[in-house]
Amino acid sequence: MVESDAKPDGVAVMKPDSSALEVLGLTKRFDRLAVDSLDLTVHAGEFYALVGPNGAGKTTTLRMVAGLLRPDAGRVSIFGIDALQDPVAAKQVMAWVSDEPMIYDKLTPLEYLEFVAGLWGIAPSVSEPVAQDLLSSLGLAPHRHERCEGFSKGMRQKVALAGALVHDPRLIILDEPLTGLDAVSARHVKGLLGERVRAGCTVIMTTHILEVAERMADRIGVIASGRLVAEGTLTELRQQNGDADTSLEDLFIALVTLPEAA
Amino acid sequence: MSSATALSWFARHELRLAWREWFAMMTGGRRKRTRAAIIGLVCFAALLHLPAWAVIGRFAELQLPLDKSSLIVISATIFLAWTLMLSQAIESVTRVFYARADLDLIMSSPATLANLFSVRIAAIALTVTMMALLFSTPFIDVLVIGGGARWLTAFGVVVALGLSGAAIAIAVTILLFRLIGPARTRLIAQILAAIIGAGFVIALQVAAIMSYGTLSRFTILTSGTLAAYAPDVDSIWWWPARAVMGDSEALLLLLGLALVLLGSVMAVFSHRFADTAIDAAAYGTSGMWRAKERPFRTGSRQQALRRKEFSLLWRDPWLISQTLMQLLYLVPPALLLWRNFADSAAALTLITPVIVMAAGQLAGGLAWLTISGEDAPDLVATAPLTPASLIRAKIEVVLIAVAVIFCPLVAALAFASPYQAAISAGAVIVSAASATAIQLWFRVQARRSQFRRRQTSSRLATIAEAFSSIGWAATAALLLALPVAGLISGLITASLVAVTWKFSPKRD
Repeated sequence: MVESDAKPDGVAVMKPDSSALEVLGLTKRFDRLAVDSLDLTVHAGEFYALVGPNGAGKTTTLRMVAGLLRPDAGRVSIFGIDALQDPVAAKQVMAWVSDEPMIYDKLTPLEYLEFVAGLWGIAPSVSEPVAQDLLSSLGLAPHRHERCEGFSKGMRQKVALAGALVHDPRLIILDEPLTGLDAVSARHVKGLLGERVRAGCTVIMTTHILEVAERMADRIGVIASGRLVAEGTLTELRQQNGDADTSLEDLFIALVTLPEAA
Repeated sequence: MSSATALSWFARHELRLAWREWFAMMTGGRRKRTRAAIIGLVCFAALLHLPAWAVIGRFAELQLPLDKSSLIVISATIFLAWTLMLSQAIESVTRVFYARADLDLIMSSPATLANLFSVRIAAIALTVTMMALLFSTPFIDVLVIGGGARWLTAFGVVVALGLSGAAIAIAVTILLFRLIGPARTRLIAQILAAIIGAGFVIALQVAAIMSYGTLSRFTILTSGTLAAYAPDVDSIWWWPARAVMGDSEALLLLLGLALVLLGSVMAVFSHRFADTAIDAAAYGTSGMWRAKERPFRTGSRQQALRRKEFSLLWRDPWLISQTLMQLLYLVPPALLLWRNFADSAAALTLITPVIVMAAGQLAGGLAWLTISGEDAPDLVATAPLTPASLIRAKIEVVLIAVAVIFCPLVAALAFASPYQAAISAGAVIVSAASATAIQLWFRVQARRSQFRRRQTSSRLATIAEAFSSIGWAATAALLLALPVAGLISGLITASLVAVTWKFSPKRD
């Protein structure tokens, strides 16, 4: 458990440890309880997949972590920074990609990346080559000077993803990033995320595609009715279920149907 | 299903969609507001009879035959109404083309496309005509009450104007598509609509200023010079005016011409309507707009945000057309300023409220686009900036844009009357700041493309913004003419803005 210390300059810093994200007792209620005293820890340099049925609270949890939604209770720590006390410092090291790519129709991909880099205060000498590389690796280089208004959903998703990577975040949070992508684009995105993790970046991703979670994630968290019902590597999850040969899909169905039935 | 049945079914479908769209606009998409919307509409229609009475009541006794000057004034008024309908129709047609909506469904159906698009053309004409009838009814009511049932023919003239306006708008827009392509048509059609909507009034005002040194367009319309050049009183050119005043023969001719025009447009353009709609829908993938290669720019985070906002404003076709219209409305006062440059004529005072009103309206629109119309809210919200600095950067964009447009005019005014320029500058700042503040207090996250419907999110904000601009314009004019009254007007307007703030939604 981390404890908060107040630094003289007013920045709330928690005691450093190896966790990229630490969530304690996170709670959010809308008409019903969406997230119920959730505890979650993601280690630095880890690829963490959060899976769960529709309405389980995955997106609400991640939106609270990203600072887009204020929790009713609980604490969020990002690399030791108390994200509720000092959201600006926490946002500096983090990137968020939503399932619905929100970009500006009237900007070109390059202009969009210039804007994002500017918002994160990255020097142009650093951000411009990174932006060009990202667009090339995502197959958007031929379109870099075209306005995004004519782009398909997959292209828009790739622009949004490039925006999340252009400021070189230490923690990337992605909500269903592969939705709407064709097989080639999905492979590009998965390759890019894998590279980032190998370079030391932490990735947290929600997905409905269990095969992706199975193949890419170091650890998988299963969330149902706003609570983390299981967590671990695929092997650990299988052991918890008592069947070493079971698929993640069977495992997932077994895990999420229990809280729903209860 | 027979062809006739299919057509009537599609017509019912179009009417139902048009009705629901209009109803949603009136109620802000909330069914609970139905009763309030109906009461509001009835009150608005009743209230509209008062200004209608003040403007047109004294003309109710007019009878045929009329002299040339009266015929000129009535014909010019009819022509003005027609240009406004034409402007609105061009806007509607452009919107229909670029909204993909149910196009895929229609195109993939086994129905005859020409027939379906004929119905869609007729629906556009009907919508334009209904809107025109809605706004003209109070004026015609006043004439009927004051002058008798013969004025009822004016309703027929409005119908003829609506149908012909829609027909011309469809023809013009499709021709624009064919001539300059879908990418440019979107912008050019918006600008054309703005110029047509404002052009006739401005042209009359410019002529009045150049000839007589006054802003009143009636000066030129009632002048002997114009009467001398006008056709004889029994000319066909006066038939619209005669039809308004109860000449049923002239009315039938006008209605007949309008129907023939609309029928011809449906026959000629309904096939091309489908092609045009496909081109417009495919326009997004054409990659028409390409930016030039240039290096990334340096600057603070706020500068990055301001640059983005300026780029988006500059590339917004609707905003460009609206700003152009605002600027066009400033041409007559600017001309008046130029003519009266050497002396401080009383006519100069008229310039100040026009400038102040325009600044408030422009600032309100810009503030909605920059503050509420954020297309990537998650990106901006997850950026390492405090909410206060984000909002400040966006407000700066609004105020800088307003300053760029209005500073030259105020500076020119300073040469003629430094005192008036100072009052105008102060009022422009207060008016723009008030409109921006109202948009800030009532901000609701939306996409920029929803700009046309921004009023539906908060009627209170819309009304408050309009009254604030009018109030500050009146305050500035009164400060120049009658300072004590100006101070009272200023206090009332400030109170109105304060009350608006009090009623604004609470935020964390």
